[in-house]
Amino acid sequence: MPARETEQIEFQRSFYVEGGNFDYAGIVSTSIKSILKQMELSAEVVRKSAIVSYESEINIVSYAKKGVIMLSIYADKIQIEAIDEGPGIPDIELAMQKGYSTASPQIREMGFGAGMGLFNIDSYSDKFAITSEVDKGTHLIMIINK
Amino acid sequence: MDIETLAVKLNLDVKSAAGNLRKNITGGYTGDLLSDVMANAQEGNIWITRQVHQNIVAVASLKDIAGIILVNSSQPAPDTLEKAVRENIPLLVSPMNAYELSGNIFNLLAIKD
Repeated sequence: MPARETEQIEFQRSFYVEGGNFDYAGIVSTSIKSILKQMELSAEVVRKSAIVSYESEINIVSYAKKGVIMLSIYADKIQIEAIDEGPGIPDIELAMQKGYSTASPQIREMGFGAGMGLFNIDSYSDKFAITSEVDKGTHLIMIINK
Repeated sequence: MDIETLAVKLNLDVKSAAGNLRKNITGGYTGDLLSDVMANAQEGNIWITRQVHQNIVAVASLKDIAGIILVNSSQPAPDTLEKAVRENIPLLVSPMNAYELSGNIFNLLAIKD
């Protein structure tokens, strides 16, 4: 057996997210939730993971061309990573503010674009990191402790 | 109180999951912003909304919402109904507006079963 890092991944799965397609919005977070439920994680962990994965999925659908959401389960934590190819975020601090949104009227009409996505992600993650490059894309790492 | 009792008392039109109306309602949440519902609604709540597109079913299923009631006689979009049937999420319609319906449900839930 090759030597491993101390943090052994127990489970890992990647999901593709198509930008602009609201018909399937929520399908990835629903899959993530059912995986975590099957693993009999606590209701609180499942709830927090469902919220952060839903918000990051909706962000990809609303703004990016495409993206990937990767679920990794470790002995002591869940990591959800969302990586997209999209317009990027010029001012992350501003985007993190509750109520700030650049969503189009069409997106708002469906009840999205309330400017709560990144704010919710930050509140429900135990650790949250965001990096973004304009015209390239955005990368979110969300950690939820078991 | 379960959804079936609410449906009878408030004359709600049951559109889907008629066999899944016996869940106990833990409270209610009224809102049209999906992120707000996602963050603040609780498991087992009844969700009162004006949104009719299929993403409401995803939110309800992710949050373990007991059921969705559409206000002002708003009809669910065809793919919303299809999805609600598939995921066994009760979808109901009321002629009342969100204010009246929320007030009525609030009062009914205050009564002990």
